[in-house]
Amino acid sequence: MTQLPWHDAKRVAALEQQLAQRILVLDGAMGTMIQAEKLTESDYRGERFANHTADLKGNNDLLSLTRPELIADIHRKFLDIGCDFVETNTFNANRISQADYALEDLAEEINKTSASLARKVCDEYSQTTPEQPRFVVGVIGPTNRTASISPDVSNPGYRAVTFSDLVETYREAVRGLLDGGADVLMIETVFDTLNAKAAIFAVQDEFEARQARCPLLISGTITDASGRTLSGQTPEAFYYSVNHAQPNAVGFNCALGADQLKPHVRALSRVADSLVSAHPNAGLPNEFGEYDETPEQMAAVIKNFAAEGLINIIGGCCGTTPEHLKAIIEAVAGHPPRAVPQREAA
Amino acid sequence: MNDIAKVNGNEQPKPRRPYTRLSGLEPLVITPELGFVNVGERTNVTGSARFKRLILDDNYDEAIEVALQQVENGAQIIDVNMDEGLLDSEEAMVTFLNLIAAEPDIARVPVMVDSSKFSVIEAGLRCLQGKGVVNSISLKEGEEAFLDQARRVRRYGAAVVVMAFDEKGQADDAERMVECLSRAYRLLTEEAGFPPEDIIFDPNIFPVATGMDEHNNYSMEFINATRELKKRFPYSHVSGGVSNMSFSFRGNNVVREAMHSVFLYHATKAGMDMGIVNAGQLEVYDDIDPELRELVEDVVLNRRSDATERLLDAADRYKGEGKQQEKDEAWREKPVAERLKYSLVKGIDKFIVDDTEEARQQHASSLEVIEGPLMDGMNYVGDLFGDGRMFLPQVVKSARVMKKAVAHLVPYLEKEKKVGEKKGKILMATVKGDVHDIGKNIVGVVLACNGFDIVDLGVMVPTEKILAEARKHEVDVIGLSGLITPSLDEMVSVAEAMNSEQFDLPLMIGGATTSRAHTALKIDPCYPHGVVWVKDASRSVDVARKLASKTHRKDYASGIRDEYEQFRDRQAKRKTRKPLAGLEQARAKRLELDFAASPPQAPAQPGLHVIESWPLQELVDYIDWTPFFRTWELAGRFPDILEDEVVGEAATSLFEDAQAMLERIVKERWLTARAVCGLLPANSDGDDVLLYTDESRQEVRERLVCLRQQADKDGPNLCLADFVAPTDSGVKDWAGLFAVTAGLGIEEAQKRLPKDDDYADIMLKALADRLAEALAETLHHKVRTELWGYDKKEQLNNKALIDEQYRGIRPAPGYPACPDHSEKTKIFDLLDAPGNANMQLTESFAMLPTAAVSGYYFAHPESKYFVVGKLDRDQVQDYAKRKGVSLEQAEKFLRPNLAY
Repeated sequence: MTQLPWHDAKRVAALEQQLAQRILVLDGAMGTMIQAEKLTESDYRGERFANHTADLKGNNDLLSLTRPELIADIHRKFLDIGCDFVETNTFNANRISQADYALEDLAEEINKTSASLARKVCDEYSQTTPEQPRFVVGVIGPTNRTASISPDVSNPGYRAVTFSDLVETYREAVRGLLDGGADVLMIETVFDTLNAKAAIFAVQDEFEARQARCPLLISGTITDASGRTLSGQTPEAFYYSVNHAQPNAVGFNCALGADQLKPHVRALSRVADSLVSAHPNAGLPNEFGEYDETPEQMAAVIKNFAAEGLINIIGGCCGTTPEHLKAIIEAVAGHPPRAVPQREAA
Repeated sequence: MNDIAKVNGNEQPKPRRPYTRLSGLEPLVITPELGFVNVGERTNVTGSARFKRLILDDNYDEAIEVALQQVENGAQIIDVNMDEGLLDSEEAMVTFLNLIAAEPDIARVPVMVDSSKFSVIEAGLRCLQGKGVVNSISLKEGEEAFLDQARRVRRYGAAVVVMAFDEKGQADDAERMVECLSRAYRLLTEEAGFPPEDIIFDPNIFPVATGMDEHNNYSMEFINATRELKKRFPYSHVSGGVSNMSFSFRGNNVVREAMHSVFLYHATKAGMDMGIVNAGQLEVYDDIDPELRELVEDVVLNRRSDATERLLDAADRYKGEGKQQEKDEAWREKPVAERLKYSLVKGIDKFIVDDTEEARQQHASSLEVIEGPLMDGMNYVGDLFGDGRMFLPQVVKSARVMKKAVAHLVPYLEKEKKVGEKKGKILMATVKGDVHDIGKNIVGVVLACNGFDIVDLGVMVPTEKILAEARKHEVDVIGLSGLITPSLDEMVSVAEAMNSEQFDLPLMIGGATTSRAHTALKIDPCYPHGVVWVKDASRSVDVARKLASKTHRKDYASGIRDEYEQFRDRQAKRKTRKPLAGLEQARAKRLELDFAASPPQAPAQPGLHVIESWPLQELVDYIDWTPFFRTWELAGRFPDILEDEVVGEAATSLFEDAQAMLERIVKERWLTARAVCGLLPANSDGDDVLLYTDESRQEVRERLVCLRQQADKDGPNLCLADFVAPTDSGVKDWAGLFAVTAGLGIEEAQKRLPKDDDYADIMLKALADRLAEALAETLHHKVRTELWGYDKKEQLNNKALIDEQYRGIRPAPGYPACPDHSEKTKIFDLLDAPGNANMQLTESFAMLPTAAVSGYYFAHPESKYFVVGKLDRDQVQDYAKRKGVSLEQAEKFLRPNLAY
């Protein structure tokens, strides 16, 4: 099979070398860390958007432009305790989601700035700990629309967004992330696989335009106890639907705590031809929307993920702080990563 | 990078054989154990006349049903094709795929997007969240175009069917097929990034026995090509459109199906592992008449030069009935167990008593006969039904034969004092206040056929009796049925009573008015031991089996419970989404008709009209047959249904039986039809229709309370009162009432039927229902042309009547324009329906006899049927006040329409 060359073969080789030796660790929850800062509307606006018409509080991705040092510091907190990857502050940095803040034209800029911010911080750390190189994960969020579910119950054939719209939206985000220096792309929190397929389409279009590719991670989310994605797929069906992207890793994140996520990660691990990742929440949210699971509780469950040989990459989603990640790093240390099955020789 | 995790402490798993892995909502991994993969062919406008008509008519509801049937009949992938000149194929593809995506029972399987236009294929791929298949691409336009399309398919993540077609044309011999497809394989794997397991070859299945000698070897070419391709490319698959090969025998399904079976038998041996087939209609190779099989085999394998002529000569003998009669002799020669099975499957009761007796003499006890050959036969029937290879009327006929056999054995059984082991005991009842039992009886028969013991308590069964009988008979499952809206509340009461009396039996819910929504929202929360809504008789067996099973029941019930819980959650979230218009706002958008401009016409013969006995013969031509087939769970419009590829045979046979009984009903006057109607001075007052005592219009005799649409929508928010001139307009208007029945004397008629013949019993009730509807239609016609006389020149045939191409409407309480059944009391009272037509109302406002219709007449040219839809609290409060009942009562009457 033909493949495009790596954009940065040296960094990919360094990443592969690390992945062969141990379970690597993603960072924790950007949103939780920002929340702790108790920012005000004017913090979000900064000088540049002081006169913007729409409210901007809550537009976390915008902070990469208005409060870059704050975001860089959050990245540093996770790298300090030993995370291998930082995820760019771009979960909602796409034209569709930014339209809520009347900032749709900023999507590409936020991606690029966020990625170069993460790039800068990772490079600092890679220099001080050359034995542990750090990597930038360019985050591609799901957007706030679903391509295969109708939002109108009386009109099941209706769609609020089309595949082609999504491809265009994602393409812009991908361009920004790659220009800003992301090492790896991650299509994450996939609640509707058709959205993810549009993201894959955009990523491949962009790779083709650049005649170079970078490693790709895809992470779905299982939203309820029935063990299906929001759009109704089982873990296996989800994996088969995205496998044409030849992702370097597939996994699950968000929605559930580590404990509830485990059977789904196990199901994925059974069938995946690639590496397997997981970044669960710190438990389920309580009635105030907060996450109660302590670092110790979470790490104890994740230790079992590692002991069972289910994972290659681990991290944290909503509610996970540097303390959680520190406990997780300790819990998986010494456990070998999951062995990737090979194809039978034809 | 995927090579990296080798060097570590976790043991390296064995290398995996790469299987084709497709997905809808659920995975489909094509392993050798899976055998032959059925791709459903019915959702294809080029292959199914019925599907084409549905799509052209924009009837997507029924089109979705076709897809559902395919999946239920065992299709593991569904092929969707919209290549039709009259269609915007891209749009139709997108519409259909988006709609089936919302149906989890269909969306669980992968989709094969089928088109000869690549733009349509791409439009389809943009709708699939799962991993589907493209059908097809080829080298027809050269390598560059091929690679371009292949790369795009790959980018969308689909597997691909590649057809043996290249720049030189379509390959029609094995050598060319292999050459062309091998080249395609190389390009796909080496230049388009396809893994071998995502490639499916279609070497071309062409028609054989066309009369042209050069076509004779087409099947063999396919089979030989298949063998070679599988040898060269073991991870890839070979597929094809099977029905194409029998094209020259169109119209002779017996021969066609035999050809398909024989072809598949040999092609699958050679390695064909996927095919586009009608999943419901594949005759088993071994079941084909040996003589026919031999003839077909000669054609398929091209074994002799006169094979085509020989099959053509013989073909006529295998058409429809011809085959049946020829076989008659043959099957009588078989061993008795085979004969019993044959009688059961074919529903033949002619020999059943003799054969049963013969079997009894061969077995040690009568019980052995039941549990041996008879149950084997019925299990086979159950399997065929489950696979969609038999249809409801046939199954009910089988049950009739079974009953006859058992009846013959009963005296011996009693002597032997032995009781058979049953799969489970199920109590069935139509709840208090409801008299409808056709659906319940059908479910009872189907369950009995599948080995369940049925305790049928009949109709209008009070809660206490249901509970007491359930205890007395130690049943395993309770099944409740109902047709009218108030029955929904009754079912809730039964569930509540079961809970307070600490029952732990599972509850099955069914009947036309029931729904998943009502069951999940209202019944399930009242009773914790399993409540399951059953959509129709064909699903009842599976549900009953699981509920009656000690081992599966708990898991199954809790699975359903979770499903309902999720449904409730989703419902709770939805509620806030689509606000209704306030009542005042809706009223402001009433339909404003200019009554003064064209004043209503006074009735030619005002007042009350009673027809004591309407000649049944006159009603026969007015029968609308489509709902009759629906009663028997056969989907399709009459008369097309008689020719339907899937259910046509069953429908034709059912129709013949119906005609025979109808003739007796008419000739021997089994039933009496009576009608009463009244045409009265009327005006509307807001959302009410006032009926006056006389033309002075001084005294209001009755106030008909109507409901107004509250959907926030374009166009007027309709209410029946809008069709009548308002009091303040100063214009005189009129309205009508009617009540008709064709069910008088049905109990006596039932006695004329053979004892315990459920088929005949259900048939009689279904026909009485149709006659009542026909009477309502006929009377309406008489009203329009004569009694009211506003349309004296109307000349319409039956089809036009069914399609309601006339002026004026006759809405019935309990139906969408006026969903409150309790308004019937006013009609019955004003017309004195008990005295004039011998009709009664139950406490839940169901009519007796059951075969009855009652409603209103409105004559305005603009009047039309509509759906009231969801109602908000403001209107229900107002409605209760106008009607003079408590809010609670009004809510009970309008339960399914409540939006809150």
